[in-house]
Amino acid sequence: MAAFKPRTSSFSRNFSASSSLSHTPGLKRGPNGTTFISSGIPDLDKILGGGFSLGSLVMVMEDAEAPHHMLLLRNFMSQGLVHNQPLLYASPSKDPRGFLGTLPSAGSSRDEKSSKRESDQEKGLRIAWQYKKYFDENQQSIESQRDEMLLMLLDSKQEFCNDFDLRKPLDRQFLIGKQIDCVSTQDSPNLVALRDRCATFLSQFSRNESSVFLAGRITIQSLCAPQCAYSDMEWDVLSFLRSLKGMVRSSNAVALVTFPSSLLSLSTSKRWQHMADTLLSVKAIPDEDKDLAKLLTGYQDMVGLLNVHKVARINTQVPVILEATTFSIKLQKRRFLVLECLNQAPIDGSSGSSYGTSGSCSGSSKTGRLDF
Amino acid sequence: MEHGGGASPSNLLDDAVGPLAGRFVAVEDSGCNLAAQRDNKRFFFFDMLTWEYPGEKIRDKEKTSGGGLVALYGEIQKVISDLPQERKNSVTIIIDDVSLMEVAAKGSTNLVLDFLHYCHTLTSELGCSLVALNHEDIYSSSERPTLILQMEYLAGILIKAEPLATGLAKDVHGQLTVLNRGNDGQGSRYKICNFHFRVKENNVEYFYPGSRT
Repeated sequence: MAAFKPRTSSFSRNFSASSSLSHTPGLKRGPNGTTFISSGIPDLDKILGGGFSLGSLVMVMEDAEAPHHMLLLRNFMSQGLVHNQPLLYASPSKDPRGFLGTLPSAGSSRDEKSSKRESDQEKGLRIAWQYKKYFDENQQSIESQRDEMLLMLLDSKQEFCNDFDLRKPLDRQFLIGKQIDCVSTQDSPNLVALRDRCATFLSQFSRNESSVFLAGRITIQSLCAPQCAYSDMEWDVLSFLRSLKGMVRSSNAVALVTFPSSLLSLSTSKRWQHMADTLLSVKAIPDEDKDLAKLLTGYQDMVGLLNVHKVARINTQVPVILEATTFSIKLQKRRFLVLECLNQAPIDGSSGSSYGTSGSCSGSSKTGRLDF
Repeated sequence: MEHGGGASPSNLLDDAVGPLAGRFVAVEDSGCNLAAQRDNKRFFFFDMLTWEYPGEKIRDKEKTSGGGLVALYGEIQKVISDLPQERKNSVTIIIDDVSLMEVAAKGSTNLVLDFLHYCHTLTSELGCSLVALNHEDIYSSSERPTLILQMEYLAGILIKAEPLATGLAKDVHGQLTVLNRGNDGQGSRYKICNFHFRVKENNVEYFYPGSRT
């Protein structure tokens, strides 16, 4: 095995470390030469090991009863606009541009929860600093590494992903003068127009070897909704998805597509799911499900459930094994979207802690360190 | 979840774990640099996602959509015929995801089957191998899934990759059931093995169930 060491062992791509990346807001370097873009939900970024990988197709299976997918959609779009990233938004509504008015705004003043989080972190830091006094200088190299990591962490805290206040609309300044393409999918009889729009949009982010400065976001709401003329053209839509996936893969962009899986036939739905690089689904929670309420803590605060079915893997074959795949969607103070691990029925009714352990991304972070 | 039906006389545990590998398909267990092999002209890659099918554009759907697959087969044939003689019979054709081909053929199962038959002919003519991957769950709801049944019928070796019944785990990523029909002229030897596997950065570990603690 050791004989193979220098060159032949390479499922992971060699990549040149581009330092410029860390200074670009909204982009973060991941393992194996991938780049992350934020989903707009801090907890979801953590679950996915950093965010959505550039070049991936993210698909969200909608719930037939509740519009929870719109929560993901809105945060994803807002985050892009806050980071000055061009956006293409396609929706089956008559006036897609009107939807932009409902986008949430970044929570400027930290609310209680996040400030608590911060103070927690600070406490951790303080302890670490105090330990350092005793540790002395003999491990300076490690220290500097850690500082770097901490800096990166702090950076990412401040810049990579914002908390969005769902009750405050996005400031106009983020909408004016930005590159926002809006497409109504209702009018066109087929998907050619949409595909062409995506192609022109993506052409500005085509990937070359130099570092990434700009990333784009494509959001397609309810692809194949019944009000679209092509909703029964199963193979055309699949073929559209195929080419969208191909186009996104070779560009610095992420496409988020939500679709009503309950309207599709089972085999078609499976085909769509196989198309996705990252696959999520949302589910509503019935209002008064006594059994469930007994089973789960914090049931009253839950709005819905989020399932992570598949996490995009690029430049590596090692799968991500998440500790949990189902998360509850909660609205903190009716404003901020948080995802939490499901906690099964302990005695008291206190809500679980927000998902923030490092364990979740251990799969991916570990692989980054393995270089033998 | 996954279904690898293929006819490969050698290299039993070629990669049947397509969706995990994405576009990099394992060629050897020990790990080999596909980019380097491509430069050496030992690895040829057709990206099915960006493959331009002649006459496949969505707007002219009246045209025969099989053109794309015919063209693809032409490319494969060209690659093989351009190879030096001594390498011709050691070719492995790997198709990562037959279901994508169905999409290319606008759901025409027959066109895809024709394509597979053509490739299958190559295997018997030149002695090369064909590894095709498909997703079984797509067909689980249809009553008579011709494509997958025919693929299974034609295959000499059938590899099923599934998650464990207990779900994913850190140390066991899934299980393989390998059905070797052994149609190598020695009568009806028929072998079924069951492995667990774990995908690592450079290779995949296979082991018998329970042999890891």
